[in-house]
Amino acid sequence: MKTGVYICHCGSNIAGTVDCAEVARWAGELENVAVSRDYKFMCSSTGQELIEKDIQELGVDRVVVASCSPHMHEPTFRGACERAGVNPYMFEMANIREHCSWVHTDKDEATKKAKALVAAAVGRVARHQPLTEKRAPVNKNTLVVGGGVAGIQAALEIANAGYHVYLVEREPSLGGHMAQLDKTFPTLDCSACILTPRIFDAGNHPNITLLSYSEVEKVSGYIGNFRATIRKKARYVNEELCTGCGVCQEKCPKQVVDEVFEAGLGYRKAIYRPFPQAVPKYPVIDRVDCTFFQKGTCKACQKFCPTGAIDFNQQDTLLQVEIGNIILATGYDLFDARRIPQYGYSRFPNVFTSLEFERMTNAAGPTEGKVVLRDGVTTPKTVGIVHCVGSRDLNYNEYCSKVCCMYSLKFAHMVHEKAHAEVYNFYIDMRTPGKGYEEFYHRLMDEGNHFVRGRVASIAEATRYGEPEGKLIVQVEDTLIGEQRRIPVDMVILSAGLEPRHDAQAIARRFGISCSREGWFIEKHPKLDPVATMTDGVFIAGCAQGPRDIPETVAQGAAAAARVLSIIDKGEVLVEAATAIVAEMNCTGCQQCISTCPYTAIEYLADKQKAHVIEALCKGCGTCTAACPSKSISLRHFDDGQLLAEMFGAMEAMFELA
Amino acid sequence: MKYAYYPGCSLEKNAAAYGDSFKAVTDVLSQELVELEDWNCCGATEYFSLDPLPAYALLARNLALVPPGLTDLVAPCSACYLNLYKTEHHLAERPQLNSDVNAALAEAHLSYKPGTVRVRHALDILVEDVGYAEIALHIKQPLRGLRLVPYYGCFFVRPGGLGSHNPEYPDVLDRLLETLGATTVDFPLKAACCGGHMPQINPETAYGLIYELIATAASREADAIITLCPMCQLNLDVYQAQANDHFGTHHSMPVLYFTQVMGLAFGLSPQAMGFGQEFISAQSILDKLAAPPPPPEEEPKKKPQRSKKALPMPRKIETGQVR
Repeated sequence: MKTGVYICHCGSNIAGTVDCAEVARWAGELENVAVSRDYKFMCSSTGQELIEKDIQELGVDRVVVASCSPHMHEPTFRGACERAGVNPYMFEMANIREHCSWVHTDKDEATKKAKALVAAAVGRVARHQPLTEKRAPVNKNTLVVGGGVAGIQAALEIANAGYHVYLVEREPSLGGHMAQLDKTFPTLDCSACILTPRIFDAGNHPNITLLSYSEVEKVSGYIGNFRATIRKKARYVNEELCTGCGVCQEKCPKQVVDEVFEAGLGYRKAIYRPFPQAVPKYPVIDRVDCTFFQKGTCKACQKFCPTGAIDFNQQDTLLQVEIGNIILATGYDLFDARRIPQYGYSRFPNVFTSLEFERMTNAAGPTEGKVVLRDGVTTPKTVGIVHCVGSRDLNYNEYCSKVCCMYSLKFAHMVHEKAHAEVYNFYIDMRTPGKGYEEFYHRLMDEGNHFVRGRVASIAEATRYGEPEGKLIVQVEDTLIGEQRRIPVDMVILSAGLEPRHDAQAIARRFGISCSREGWFIEKHPKLDPVATMTDGVFIAGCAQGPRDIPETVAQGAAAAARVLSIIDKGEVLVEAATAIVAEMNCTGCQQCISTCPYTAIEYLADKQKAHVIEALCKGCGTCTAACPSKSISLRHFDDGQLLAEMFGAMEAMFELA
Repeated sequence: MKYAYYPGCSLEKNAAAYGDSFKAVTDVLSQELVELEDWNCCGATEYFSLDPLPAYALLARNLALVPPGLTDLVAPCSACYLNLYKTEHHLAERPQLNSDVNAALAEAHLSYKPGTVRVRHALDILVEDVGYAEIALHIKQPLRGLRLVPYYGCFFVRPGGLGSHNPEYPDVLDRLLETLGATTVDFPLKAACCGGHMPQINPETAYGLIYELIATAASREADAIITLCPMCQLNLDVYQAQANDHFGTHHSMPVLYFTQVMGLAFGLSPQAMGFGQEFISAQSILDKLAAPPPPPEEEPKKKPQRSKKALPMPRKIETGQVR
């Protein structure tokens, strides 16, 4: 047995705190160690060549690299071993950066700790067994969750490449938030005009199965071979018969406030299609609002439907699909402005949220594009736009929501153009990075808008002596002139920030990925792997990952699609080699392992009365090995002998160095 | 529950109505108050700006006087409450200050160990310890028909003291008044400044602030402003006439303590609750309560139609949800 040990300096990242040469010298005297070296960057090609050369020239058959986290470079060094003819599993990594140099300051102590970590790895690697990764075929279908612009983009890219996509959307129609918007910044082109052709393409593509008004309930499996259960909620409309004529919607006597598409500013019927260009064109009946479902009589829609498409007996259906990859593009929720009571939203009629205003300026919206007060008729003469509502505020969300400055500028322009009103922008800092964005800001300044720098303290219908009655008074510290100002306006628009979906944590759990503290989905690497997640085969795109604008969202949708296509094209994936194995001689057939396995990877062989691990499904988590009462399940690459050897290595070193 | 009780100087003189009514309602709710023996002034707002150490020592003396066995000290005056709370907090945070203050206390054979006393406001113990449900059980005469303004002032809502309440837009007093049967007014200035000591220092500033509060309450057709601080009550009640003179207005808005109207709801006599001691007479409130209830208005068959063009209002957040 000949073990090679390599201590990485990582520039000064490790060498600044750990005496790497001393660790290498000391490790050279450990049992089984044939060669021990230190080098500035082990991950560089010269670093890797050191390992390969020692394997070929000195006959090294086990390798220990002490450097960073295995998350970073385990695949790198395993590759070096493999190229030189040593099984990649005969490699062990000691993390002396994150676990040592970065968290300590005392060089002597850190060097001792690095030695102990290296000794542990040397002890462990002596017990390693060669393992072979198996290959599994990749299912060519893809599941895209979320039918906003990110999901539509991803689905179209994959479908156009000739592969099948299941596109799942929770609401009755594709479109997401972008379909609600009026204009897009900074070009001011119509949001619906650029989006609806894409919605139509996605809804009619031969390679896309559109599952609207549906939600994914369960996911199992692994990259290349997932299985998902999708609940298709009952629409109470037979899609085979419905022509989308819209008579039902016209005749339905029950009108309710549309909290979703119209953002609470307009109405819809109990049977409805969110907007005229909705895809699919079939309406849905909302049970909670429907008079027939609540009181047992009405059925107006059924009476008037010319094709007999209304079916009150329709039930939810569960659909099983098999897919190879998943893209999550579930979007965001708007910050609930009622959480800042001093801004008066829901108390003062003429305080609006940004999404309400989007619907208001939209020609297809409740006011047909007229900028008016809550009474529906009066045109405001002065309008205040409050930036950073719920963003950049330690009481709510610390982060910047990124799009609000630009959409606020767009609002200012719309108000100017449609109502010829005086506009005050209350901002903390203007953040307009992007192509043509700063130019747009300059254009707005030239248009004669007021920009007041300061966070608004309160908005109230309470006047001081001499102030005009019946106005909303915006109290703000103007930090540029260093004075408190009280500005009377007719209308306030709250530029609310973006928040993770209220159920983002649950969705993340369902798909086996993780969320940040706030609830945004976490990418595999914030810079170099922005659309992948730590779970292979699950990708993320758009605002589900954090606030971003339309161009960035579309780019991410396409990027996620490209990642999926490369996996499909490769045709097979490597399956984890560190899987559990049952020693049948000891297994009593108690089946405890089966109930604890989170991947349903263990089956019961009734004829032998033994448990059996399905290797393709096993992720090597080790839950079953801990649960097994007769110790008859072990985990390859993590067996008791290897773990004990690792611990003894560390403890002996600590004893010797103390 | 048994509380150590720090009345503070206002409750003995100008805010006697607050002191008497607070004691009366705690009696009804079977809460026991043990007044500190030989308590001293809290230093009000001035002393801290002159010399902090004696200011802290003065307050710590009151904390040291809390009888053994009692953990909660109640101060109904918001200024006393904030000063005591602040002192307790700073003694716990700053060891040097604590040892200096204790050295001073030792001269009088007293000592105080930070963390042993919890300083509470009168409103806080009533809504948090006794609770709305228990209070509702003691109501004999609901305050039906009264439109009241819940006014908290600025001391009570300073962050830290009442951790779970929204300091910008509190609603504990709103909910208490609604429990008593009154209608509350959505008052945008509920945590605004009453002017503090400005009537003495800069009357014009004070009149401006007082005007804003009174005029806003009047514009919402309120019957009275309900306070929980002697300073707020004094400014709005005593200087209301001067503010009227200054601006040429004729407001006449009664300003009462929340414990006074609580007592009324519990069926206690207005005299015992200190009615009649205020400058702006609150007789209108008593008349309104004594009057036979107005005949129930006939339910209009159809809800008043909103203009067809009017846009829907957003749903309100439920009371108690604002945090």
